[in-house]
Amino acid sequence: MATEALSLKGVNALYGESHVLHGVSFALQPGRILALLGRNGAGKTTCMNTVVGFLPARDGDIRLFGESIARLPPEAIARKGIGLVPQGRRVFASLTVRENLIVAARSRKDGTRWALEPVFEIFPRLKERHAQAAGSLSGGEQQMLAIGRALMGNPSVLLMDEPSEGLAPQLVAEVGRIIARLKSEGQSIVLVEQNVKLALELADDVVLLNTGRVVFAGGVDAVRDDQALITQHLGVF
Amino acid sequence: MRSARWIVALVLVALPQFAGEFYVNLISQIFIAAIFASSLNLLVGYAGLTSLGHASYLGVSAYLSAWLYLKLGIGHWLSAPIALAVTTVMAGFFGWIALRASGLGFLMITLALSQVLWGLAYRWSAVTNGDNGLSGLTRPQPFGLSLDSASAFYYFTLIVVAVAIGMMAKFIGSPFGAALKGTRDQPRRMSALGHDVRRVRWITFVYAGFWGAVSGLLYIYYHKYIHPTSLSLTNSAEALLGVIAGGSGTLVGPIIGAAIVVLLKNYVSAYVERWNMLLGFVFVAIVLFMPDGLVPGVRRLWARVTGRRKPTDAASNS
Repeated sequence: MATEALSLKGVNALYGESHVLHGVSFALQPGRILALLGRNGAGKTTCMNTVVGFLPARDGDIRLFGESIARLPPEAIARKGIGLVPQGRRVFASLTVRENLIVAARSRKDGTRWALEPVFEIFPRLKERHAQAAGSLSGGEQQMLAIGRALMGNPSVLLMDEPSEGLAPQLVAEVGRIIARLKSEGQSIVLVEQNVKLALELADDVVLLNTGRVVFAGGVDAVRDDQALITQHLGVF
Repeated sequence: MRSARWIVALVLVALPQFAGEFYVNLISQIFIAAIFASSLNLLVGYAGLTSLGHASYLGVSAYLSAWLYLKLGIGHWLSAPIALAVTTVMAGFFGWIALRASGLGFLMITLALSQVLWGLAYRWSAVTNGDNGLSGLTRPQPFGLSLDSASAFYYFTLIVVAVAIGMMAKFIGSPFGAALKGTRDQPRRMSALGHDVRRVRWITFVYAGFWGAVSGLLYIYYHKYIHPTSLSLTNSAEALLGVIAGGSGTLVGPIIGAAIVVLLKNYVSAYVERWNMLLGFVFVAIVLFMPDGLVPGVRRLWARVTGRRKPTDAASNS
């Protein structure tokens, strides 16, 4: 079997005393989209924070294309090729759009796909507003910027934490088109979403989390057809 | 905007032709304070790290240059680069210690380190001559040109200040400068983008220390005398006041702030003994009415005035 793009094996994580991830294991295959779903507080964002190194895993292993990244500091993990589109966008409000992107630029030995021009090409709005402070952008534009910023690092695995959160329906569709386009270029993506409909449209594989445990991992079709599973772990939608 | 800049430059170049010696010297002092405050602003305004120990770099480079000349008889052409190099290395070491913390912790460590140096300057009289200070110094003679006259020194300082501000502006405008502002606003986000936040801050700390050292050299060339007060908390605090009053995180702000501090110091202290109190009042007034400093405050005021004018113009046209 080919090397997994990203794999978690028996990862436990704690916020102080409280145990938030219980032996989480899943694997993302290269060039696929894995949707990480679950209710509020199920541990999705915590999972992302553990992968990028904000919350170090207590034990277990996290591998990026076979190489363990579980004990590295966040900046080293980012350099290895993990890109994060954080929840709530978190652009640098006082920097210009252009500076937000430049700050994240990182080339890769095996071909640099993303730089300023390619990012401006898929987000023409950002090009129009390149000299503007990022804090003055609309929510949708900030989300585009957050995605563009993550791409500037030419990540081998892209983590997207609720990219559709708080966006108007047509913008959600736009984000969906962009994610599909990235996948068509072979980008491996972990997609955390509250918008289950969007996630199931885009994903190849699904991992369901409930109170910090993996309760389901499998192909997207199995979830789509299993209304009971969805109701039990995600609530109605 | 561009023409305004040319006018300022022209006035500065022509100044010694029409201004008296007193004023020429005053502006030279403002230039020195401007470099000092601008270098502190790299930390306070752009790195978000408030230092109360920036006098360390001004004082140590000034003391070093004086000591090398007086005790070892080393000329300016060699003592200046030695003083700059040693002070910059010291900044590297201090930064390494202080950057274990940020916020209040950083402020206290920088304060403590500079107080140690201040204490040394006072007590280690064998080297520093203690409270008497070091005197009997000269100004350098670059390319054989004497800097003893007020106007010659003015032009020398003008060149240095132009280079210093230009280099600091370039630093801020570079991709590294953008990364620096990123670490100020969201350090965690920057580390997730692959930046070593402490390293970014350390480089800035060292760069700020270097320009602080440059201002120290000008300081000793100007006064031809050095006293432990150059290393004192007051000296650090005055620069910090200048940065905050003028507007931290702007290029022009610290220059304006430094000018205010120098002018108050020179004018008011001639009439009132407690000139510090007046500086305090001015500072409180600025913070009350323009919390982010004079330069951003005036800019906002200007925008409001011109913003108001536009609708009335439109009304008068119709």
